[in-house]
Amino acid sequence: MTVEATAAEPAPSGGGDPDGKPMKGFVRRFVEGDLGELRVIIVLAVIWAIFQSQEDRFLSAVNLTNLLLQITAIGLVSVGVVLVLLLGEIDLSVGAVSGLCAAVMAVLSVKHGWSPYLAIAAAVLVGTAIGMFQGSVFTQFGVPSFVVTLAGLLAWQGAQLEVLGTTGTVNITDPTITGLTSTFYEGATGWAIAIAGIAVYAAVSLLAWRRKTAAGLRVQPLGALLLRLALATIAIFVAVTVLNDDRGVPLAALILVGFVILFQFITTKTTFGRHIYAVGGNDEAARRAGIKVKRIRIVVFMIASSMAAVGGIMAASRLLAVNQSSGAGDFLLLAIAGPVIAGTSLFGGRGSVWTALLGALVIGSISNGMDLLALESSVKFMVTGAVLLIAVIIDALARRRRQATGRV
Amino acid sequence: MLALEKVSKSFGPVQALQDVDFEVRPGEVVALVGDNGAGKSTLVKAIAGIHSIDDGRILFEGQPVKVSTPTDAVDLGIATVYQDLALCDNLDVVENLFLGREERGGGVAALTRQLDETSMERQAHELLDNLAVTITDVRSEVGTMSGGQRQQVAIARSLLGEPKVVMLDEPTAALGVRQTAQVLALIKRLRDKGHGVVVISHNLADVFEVADRIVVLRLGRLAALFDAKETSNEEVVGAITGASDPSTGELGPAVDDVMNAARRRDAPPGETPDGEPTERESGDAS
Repeated sequence: MTVEATAAEPAPSGGGDPDGKPMKGFVRRFVEGDLGELRVIIVLAVIWAIFQSQEDRFLSAVNLTNLLLQITAIGLVSVGVVLVLLLGEIDLSVGAVSGLCAAVMAVLSVKHGWSPYLAIAAAVLVGTAIGMFQGSVFTQFGVPSFVVTLAGLLAWQGAQLEVLGTTGTVNITDPTITGLTSTFYEGATGWAIAIAGIAVYAAVSLLAWRRKTAAGLRVQPLGALLLRLALATIAIFVAVTVLNDDRGVPLAALILVGFVILFQFITTKTTFGRHIYAVGGNDEAARRAGIKVKRIRIVVFMIASSMAAVGGIMAASRLLAVNQSSGAGDFLLLAIAGPVIAGTSLFGGRGSVWTALLGALVIGSISNGMDLLALESSVKFMVTGAVLLIAVIIDALARRRRQATGRV
Repeated sequence: MLALEKVSKSFGPVQALQDVDFEVRPGEVVALVGDNGAGKSTLVKAIAGIHSIDDGRILFEGQPVKVSTPTDAVDLGIATVYQDLALCDNLDVVENLFLGREERGGGVAALTRQLDETSMERQAHELLDNLAVTITDVRSEVGTMSGGQRQQVAIARSLLGEPKVVMLDEPTAALGVRQTAQVLALIKRLRDKGHGVVVISHNLADVFEVADRIVVLRLGRLAALFDAKETSNEEVVGAITGASDPSTGELGPAVDDVMNAARRRDAPPGETPDGEPTERESGDAS
C-alpha cells in the first residue's frame, strides 16, 4: 500500500525538472544520484515485496506497527548521527552514550525515586554534556573525531556499568517512561494528528510556492507541487489506516517523526543548518565566510549525544529495563549504517535528516523480516553488511558519474 | 583609496615584506606581479587582515587604519578572493553567495529563525545580472560548474558586501582561454563600476590585458612600478627577475634570509635545515 504511494513518487520530482522534460530529467537524476532518497524508497519497496512474498505476515498491521516500534530508538540515534556525518565527522560513541544515559534515567527513576520527567531531562542533559566534552576535545586539540569518540565509546560503557551497579540490570516500572513506547492513539486521535500534519505541510509548501512565484523566481509547476502533496496525503492516510487496524498510531513513532521533522527543518531552513552543510563541504571556505566552525562542530556533537540519549531512553522504555548490554553490540553500527544506506555521505556535506528515518526503516525491515523468517543472526549480520556495502558502492558510483557529467 | 606606506612584515628571520609602498585608486586595476616568494601573497594577506604588519601604515581613504583580523578588512570595504576560491562545492550558487551573511525572514519566519531564500535568490539574480555573469540555474551546485563560472561566483560573492577594494589572488590560474576572457571581462566591469581592483597574477598577458598599473615585487621589496600603457613585457620581466635592477648588487642581510628561505623551499622537504617558517608555510598555516 505504502509501497504504491512511494513508488509513484517519480512523477512530482521529475515534473519539477526545469528542463520541462519530466521523464528524461527524472531518469538522469536517478542515475546521477540526485534522487538518493527516492532510490532508497524503491529499495525499501523491493525489500518489503521480497519479505511479503516469503512470509505474508510481514505487511500485516501488527508487524508494521512492531517494525515502527523497533526502529524508533535507532532512528532517533541516527538523527544525531546524520548531523555529525554532514560535518564530515563521525561519532562512534552514540551507542555507549545511549546506554549510559538510559542507565542514568533508570537509576534516577527507580533507585532515587525521581519524577520521570526529571529523570529523562537529566539523562538527556548528561548526553548533551558528553557531546560538549567530546566536541570540545575534538575542536580544541584537533584530535580526529573518530578517535575522541572511540575513546568515548569505551569510557561511557565503563560509566554505564558503574551507574548500573552490581546487579547490572535496572527494571523500569515508571508508567510514564514505559508509556513512551506503549502508548497508542486510536481512531479519531490518530486521524486528527495526521490531518493536522498534512494541513501544516500543505500550507507551508503552498505559501513558499506563492512567495517565490510572486518574486519572479523559478518554481516547480503548481501541478507537480499539488501532486506531491496528494501523494504525501495518501501515504499518511494509508499509514494511519494500517496503524489503526492494529493498536493505533504509536506515540514512539510520533516522537521519531517529530524529531526528524524538527531537524530536517533546522538543517534545511535555518542559518545553523546551512552552516553545518558548509563546514561539511569545505571548512576553510566556511571559516573564511566568518562562520564559527568550532562552535558549529561542538553544537552538532552536543546534538548527536543528546539524540543518542533520547534513543537510549526509548530503547529502555521498550525493553522495560536498562542492562549492561544496552546500547552495545550492533546498535552503534546500525545507527551509522542506516543514514549511509539511505544516501548520507560519509565524507560530509551531503545527505539529509530524512535518511535517518529511511535508513532505520531499511535496516529495521531487513532485521524484522529475517526474524519473521526465523533466520539466524549470523545471516542477519551478513545480509545487513552486504546491503550497506552495496549502498555505499552505488553512492560512490553515482557520485563519480555525476562529477564526470556535471562539469559544464 | 587604499594605500600602504613602508610596510614591513617578517616571519621569524625571514623578511617577507620590506618598506613596501603600494596604492590602489577607485576605478583602477593594479596588477601585483613577482616571482614565487616575492611577497605578493603576504602583501595581500596583510591587507586582508590575515597577517598583521610589523611596520608601516595602512591608509584607507586617507585615514590610517588597523587591519588585524579578516573582519576588520571586510568592515572597511576590502574584499579578497583567494586562489582556492573558498567555495563550498556541495552548496548551490545562492547558498555560496550568501554564506556567512544569510538573510532571515520576517514575521513567523523570524520566530523560527528561518532563512529568507526568496530574498537571497532574487538578490543573487540581480547581482549576477548586474555583473553580466551568466549562470543558467542559481540553484545548481557550485561543484558541478566550470572553473570560470566558479571564479565568477567567487568574485560576485566578494561584491555582496559592497566593497570599495577587491583583491583577486591568481583569478585566471588554471582557466581555459574562454573562461579567462570571461573573468578578465568581469574584472574590467568591476573597475568600470568604480571599485579599486588588485590582481595578483603570474600571467603577464592577462596583466597587460586588464591592468592600469603594474607593481613588481621582488624579494619582499618594491622592485618597480609601471604604467601598463607605457611599458613592455620585457621591462616587466626584467624587473621580476632582477635583471634590470641595479640594487641587486648590494643585498642586505634581510634579503639574504629571503634568498636562503627560497633555497630551502626549493630543496626537498627532508633537507630543510631547521624549523624556520618560510613565507609559504606561514601563509598556509593561517
